[in-house]
Amino acid sequence: MATQAEALPAPRVVSWWSTLVDWLTTVDHKKIGIMYVAGALFFLAVGGIEALAIRVQLAGPERAFLHPQTYNEMLTMHGTTMIFLAAMPILAGLGNYFVPLMIGARDMAFPRLNALGLWLFILGSILLYLSFFSGGAPDAGWFAYAPLTTKTYSPHKGMDFWILGLMVTGIASIAGSINFIVTILNMRAPGVKLNRMPVFVWTMLVTSFLIVFAFPSLTVAQVLLFLDRNFGTGFYAAEVGATPILWQHLFWFFGHPEVYIVVLPAFGMVSEIIPVFSRKPIFGYTALVYATVAIGFISFTVWAHHMFAVGLPPVVAYAFGAASMIIAVPTAIKIFNWIFTMWKGSLRLTTAMLFAISFVAMFVIGGLSGIMLATVPVDWQLTDTYFVVAHFHYTLFGGVLLSVLAACYYWFPKMFGRKLDERWGKVHWLLTFVGFNLTFLPMHWLGLDGMPRRIATYGAGLGWDLLNFIATVGAFTIAAGTAIFILNIVVSLRKGEPAGDNPWEGWTLEWATSSPPPAHNFDGLPPVRSRRPLWDAEKKRVLTPDEVRALSTPDEHVHLPPPSVWPLVVAAGITAIAAGLIYTMFVAVIGVLIFLAGVVGWIQQEGYH
Amino acid sequence: MTAHVEKHGTTLGLDHRKLGFWTFLASEAVFFMSLIVVFIIYSGRSTEGPGQELLNIPLTAFNTFVLLTSSLAMVLTIDAARRGNQRGLKFWLLMTILMGAFFVGVQIYEYRKLIHEGLTLTSNLFGMTFYTLTGFHGAHVTFGVLWLIATYIKALQGKFGPDNYIPLDVAGLYWHFVDLVWVFIFPIVYLIRW
Ligand code: HEM
Ligand SMILES: [Cu+2]
Repeated sequence: MATQAEALPAPRVVSWWSTLVDWLTTVDHKKIGIMYVAGALFFLAVGGIEALAIRVQLAGPERAFLHPQTYNEMLTMHGTTMIFLAAMPILAGLGNYFVPLMIGARDMAFPRLNALGLWLFILGSILLYLSFFSGGAPDAGWFAYAPLTTKTYSPHKGMDFWILGLMVTGIASIAGSINFIVTILNMRAPGVKLNRMPVFVWTMLVTSFLIVFAFPSLTVAQVLLFLDRNFGTGFYAAEVGATPILWQHLFWFFGHPEVYIVVLPAFGMVSEIIPVFSRKPIFGYTALVYATVAIGFISFTVWAHHMFAVGLPPVVAYAFGAASMIIAVPTAIKIFNWIFTMWKGSLRLTTAMLFAISFVAMFVIGGLSGIMLATVPVDWQLTDTYFVVAHFHYTLFGGVLLSVLAACYYWFPKMFGRKLDERWGKVHWLLTFVGFNLTFLPMHWLGLDGMPRRIATYGAGLGWDLLNFIATVGAFTIAAGTAIFILNIVVSLRKGEPAGDNPWEGWTLEWATSSPPPAHNFDGLPPVRSRRPLWDAEKKRVLTPDEVRALSTPDEHVHLPPPSVWPLVVAAGITAIAAGLIYTMFVAVIGVLIFLAGVVGWIQQEGYH
Repeated sequence: MTAHVEKHGTTLGLDHRKLGFWTFLASEAVFFMSLIVVFIIYSGRSTEGPGQELLNIPLTAFNTFVLLTSSLAMVLTIDAARRGNQRGLKFWLLMTILMGAFFVGVQIYEYRKLIHEGLTLTSNLFGMTFYTLTGFHGAHVTFGVLWLIATYIKALQGKFGPDNYIPLDVAGLYWHFVDLVWVFIFPIVYLIRW
């Protein structure tokens, strides 16, 4: 089926059924991106509710709001959800939507593989959450340290759900990364050279490579754990001569790159937002890009800084400590890039910009506490205390979430044609910023004072009551801000101020098309001769939409691939296989049949070759 | 998407499918590397039960030879396709499949014999690491054989030729990769005395 671009009038009245079929079988990167983001926001809310439960339990000493077992499940699911079901998919979703637009492409390189990734993410997440209805959720932490995760210490099936659910979403991540790599390397419009790509595209490229190289290590760790739990092996059992520390090596060889997997695209997003709202090009583009690549490499050499307390030989420990400190150098370079971009710029303090600036400030704090923790003797003192919790929330919440929120305000108009309300946006920002610091700043002192992390309660009279109470108040402040955000989305989708093509006077290619863009993305592309294709160097301003149109050479025939149901079928098959491995082989066999049917249909489908 | 590609070409001049598949293989490489590292870490640490001495090196050496030869056959398959030599294409593809299947057959035979002699997945660390590493590799070879059979059916229908050999190329990449992994596994698991 070849669709001619202009011959596609938007259907006005559509039944809910055809809308549903449309979304379930779409291979359009924009719709897939929206579904990723929607799913991720849903899980962000779920993970947030789990966090509130944790904070209610810890609001005062010796409280009994949550049973210790439930506490462990909440803690585990909070961490797992936020990393794997919220942060990663929201970045995959925004990347999906904007990477093709920013490089002037029609779609991702493999549209059906793209849809497969989406469905694997959604079905794998559902599988993970089914654990709540099957005897208990995973309860050994998002890091899942062996031997706590072995059958002896975690007898119900929760950990099996954790292993297989995350394997399914892991396949999604790898499939998505392959797609990003090929798209970015191979589908750039004429003129979009590597050194002209928006920084966000660069960070998605590096992150994709990190996923490709880091995830297999997690998969191996999980496979071995699954065998230990279900087939009587003892890869993590000291009794048979094995070492449980093996888990930590395999996990953190994945786990440390993972934190950069989620933070690099966040860096990329603020590197788009800060320049636009400072009306200046990004300061030191080349340094920023090299720093990104450097971080990518170094992030594979620091994993044992999570293991200083397990008894590494001192030389090894110090080597990993030093490597960890080195990673602070490229990170600091980026901080200076953002600051110098704002320096003497004409700043516009929109909600997006407020979130972006707060990101810079908060991330500095997280980076500094990271360097402290990378100092081996300091870590011996602080590991497993709330100081570590403070550190990684300043990097993940202060780093990833704040910049994702900035990006939501920045790109929402492009995705839906309407702006999010700015006044409510600023209330959202204020509550989030204040609530975040109320929640996590006190944790530094709690950690220094010796309060251990990962425990369900603490004794009275240790002097931790007040700070914990403040943290809980902070958590509810964040929740209030988030509620406003959700309302803002719902209302603005219908009543928001119409955005036009380029509401913020951005200069990258996603602003060269209508909001939202048509199915084929662009009617034509303006010539790309610099990093800011929509910037008029002579008039010193951004081209108006009409000027952009006048400059663009229209594309005559655009062939879009037809919708396909097969990605959904294949994803259902894979998920059923995973579910079968947990429950009963019978389901797995059905899964194999669905999977094979899906693959055959996939190969036979017309319109792709 | 291919339609778009045919029209504009790709930025790097490389076919999407090949570039994507290379990336996938990079990921697979880390997967096997991790398994190999686990094998090495746990080598010589079994507390009881049989070990490497049970392995039949001459048999596996011959099997290695067969697998490596199958890679050569795969090269000849693609070469024939590029030249438009349909008979050669089908012949060499069939040879690749047969050699791959032979390799899997020998591995099954080897497993049965080892289990009979008392080395199982749960015997000891050697059993665990041996079966996981070679098992995952064997599963990859099996998958490769199935893939090549599907490709063979298409070849019988005359679907490949000088202007459509990329699917063969991609299958070939996979096949060579699986062979290459074995080139590491064989000495590490069978030859080196840990
Ligand atoms: C300046 C760079 C950084 C350094 C030197 C650093 C160092 C460290 C160290 C040494 C630990 C181990 C603490 C312990 O458990 O005893 C740690 C934990 C952690 N870091 Fe960082 N870090 C840095 C940046 C980041 C970033 C950018 C992120 C995320 C985006 C991050 C996320 C985490 C997480 C999630 C943990 C805790 C994992 C767990 O035990 O559950 N770090 N960091
Ligand atoms: Cu780390």
